[in-house]
Amino acid sequence: MPRGDVLHGSRAVAEAVKLCDVDVIAAYPITPQTHIVEDLAEFVANGELDAEYVLVESEHSAMSACIGASATGVRTFTATSSQGLALMHEMLFIASGMRLPIVMANANRALSAPINIWNDQQDSMSERDCGWIQLYCETNQETLDTTIQAYRISENKKVLLPSMVCLDGFVLTHTIEPLEIPDKDAVNRFLPEFEPAVYLDPDDPMTLGAFATPADYIKFRFEQEKAMRNAIEAIEKADREYKKETGRGYGLMEEYNTKDADIIIVSMGSVVGTIKEVIDQLKGEYNVGLLKIKAFRPLPKERIKEVLKNARVVSVVEKDVSIGLGEGGLFSEIKGILYNLDERPKVLGFIIGLGGRDITQPDIRDIIKLSKKAEKDVVDEVHWIGLR
Amino acid sequence: MMQETMQVVVDTPSYIKCRQVCKANVRANRCFKFKKNLEAVSGDELFAPGHSACAGCGATVAVRLALKAAGKNTIATNATGCLEVFSTKYPETAWRVPWIHAAFETSASVASGVEAALKKLGKDVNVIAFGGDGGTVDIGFQALSGAMERGHNMTYICYDNEAYMNTGVQRSGSTPYGSSTTTSPAGSVSIGNKRPKKDMPQIIAAHGVDYVATASIAFPLDYMKKVKKAVATNGPAYVHVLAACPTGWGSASERSIEICRLAVDSGMWVLYEIDHGDARITYLPTKKVPVIEYLKTQKRFRHLKAEDVQDIQDMIDERLKRYSNEI
Ligand SMILES: Cc1ncc(C[n+]2csc(CCOP(=O)(O)OP(=O)(O)O)c2C)c(N)n1
Ligand code: SF4
Ligand SMILES: [Mg+2]
Repeated sequence: MPRGDVLHGSRAVAEAVKLCDVDVIAAYPITPQTHIVEDLAEFVANGELDAEYVLVESEHSAMSACIGASATGVRTFTATSSQGLALMHEMLFIASGMRLPIVMANANRALSAPINIWNDQQDSMSERDCGWIQLYCETNQETLDTTIQAYRISENKKVLLPSMVCLDGFVLTHTIEPLEIPDKDAVNRFLPEFEPAVYLDPDDPMTLGAFATPADYIKFRFEQEKAMRNAIEAIEKADREYKKETGRGYGLMEEYNTKDADIIIVSMGSVVGTIKEVIDQLKGEYNVGLLKIKAFRPLPKERIKEVLKNARVVSVVEKDVSIGLGEGGLFSEIKGILYNLDERPKVLGFIIGLGGRDITQPDIRDIIKLSKKAEKDVVDEVHWIGLR
Repeated sequence: MMQETMQVVVDTPSYIKCRQVCKANVRANRCFKFKKNLEAVSGDELFAPGHSACAGCGATVAVRLALKAAGKNTIATNATGCLEVFSTKYPETAWRVPWIHAAFETSASVASGVEAALKKLGKDVNVIAFGGDGGTVDIGFQALSGAMERGHNMTYICYDNEAYMNTGVQRSGSTPYGSSTTTSPAGSVSIGNKRPKKDMPQIIAAHGVDYVATASIAFPLDYMKKVKKAVATNGPAYVHVLAACPTGWGSASERSIEICRLAVDSGMWVLYEIDHGDARITYLPTKKVPVIEYLKTQKRFRHLKAEDVQDIQDMIDERLKRYSNEI
């Protein structure tokens, strides 16, 4: 029987990891991820989770240990945030390049300097090219469900790529929400036992992580991109089957009032809750919808194009910026997706909530008003919200 | 990529005279001890020939002997560096044991994960982490310290060629005093590398690691015995083996073994082990060779003046005295 509970986002992740019978955890604490690794330590200490817990001396070693463990043929987990993710950077490419189905929770947080422990999405956005699947979550329930789904997706033989489950630091990690913890049998049916594709085995010695010359290297990269494309189908399939077991599904993305909308807001993570709320409030006054991006990697480009192509204005609301380009990563990518349409919507970018700056309903209302204005008038392409 | 292991049949050439073992100067094929020792190094060849190391590369000897000592029930991890590059050019491999490489500084951390997974699976397999001196004493230092401190059941083997060879002979923390490298070149106002070698085995010993040893590729039996002990240790163990690099040292490729023996005979490199806190020197040269004999075999030292050589001699005499007291 599924169990109802009221949990922090961090606890939701830990519960999911427990349900997935993870074998090796290697992690290093960082705010706001700490409760995830503490809860898991508690599960292991109490015998609720039979895992080896490697208390590494850094995030770099956390990812390296996960690589070693995964290559030895077991299910692995780690969690981090911000500076920790940045420290892992080198190893992220190696984990995906070696096609290891590691799952990691990233509690989204701003990057230094200045040092700041609060939420934005600069950390994971800066890792968008590292070959990891990136799934952004809106609620604690979605975080729990996504963590379980991530193993199924990553371990899919046509995918074999690591997954990063992104949950907004504090907004989700430290906020309690009522949610449902799925039944262990349901998870067992959904997630078969881990069967590694290749692993380190003295009876059948393999060389993993060899060095490749220019003649071969590009082939490996191409195969990785192919696997990412396969992940689109794998995510949908996992989601369908998860829904069969639990009644809940999220898809690659969520459309909210997008049909025939003049303005479509595109965003990801917990802020979409606020956006939905404002859209509801403005019903009748503004014809506005929302496209919530859940899978940012792989990015389902064709689907996104289909949803957005008939809007007049597309407004991308995001918590990151590419300094020197002067716009957010999601904004650049959405513009790129729409560029080759014969007739395309205007696209606006809104940089908001950096370093944990509150994102209020009036902020969202202002964004919608400005988007409305852009239907007829010329307005700036990119807007920073919350400067003072 | 799967390979059969093979047994090398040892055929002792009659013209070899055995001097190292018993100094009896008898023909080797008549010497019982020599034959026995040769047998000891003639186990499974788990490191295949055909890789692209330079002729006379000491690292190949270090790995080959270590794998013979550990046997095929072994998983190896490797740091980026010469060894990794010359032995695993896709789609070929010289490794007949399962092997994994991730990054430069991660041999010990990847091995930590391998070991944890084996523990979880209930599998009894040796884990050996290989790293060059750069991957060990510099960039991999933190990961290694963590792995040793956490008590993983693994053996870490540092093959020490005393510089970053793979990237073109740059100085490392393990480069000896007075050595000329591409980033510590000797010049009109520089002696070359200005600092003495970082004493890594002692640093690892300070972690309370149960088995720590130094070795030289010129003493294969001593080295293999130490690897066996390290692998048999229930917990972390560390072996630091001096492995000549003709390319980086500017030495003749056929003299690598001789040079690694001179290193020990001169006191430049001391062979010892610390077994559960019990320290002992495992080989003391009966007749100490002046250090100049070692230095003059290698171009990296050729700029040294007589007084520099004397400084080095004094340094190693002092160190040997200290070791003799402490060990
Ligand atoms: C993070 C990182 N920094 C630098 C390098 C470049 N690099 C590769 S191997 C190497 C030197 C290896 O030296 P060592 O560990 O002594 O092994 P050797 O090549 O001498 O056998 C360096 C500097 C790298 N691969 N990764
Ligand atoms: S450069 Fe030195 S360490 Fe590297 S392969 Fe050549 S001899 Fe071996
Ligand atoms: Mg070196």
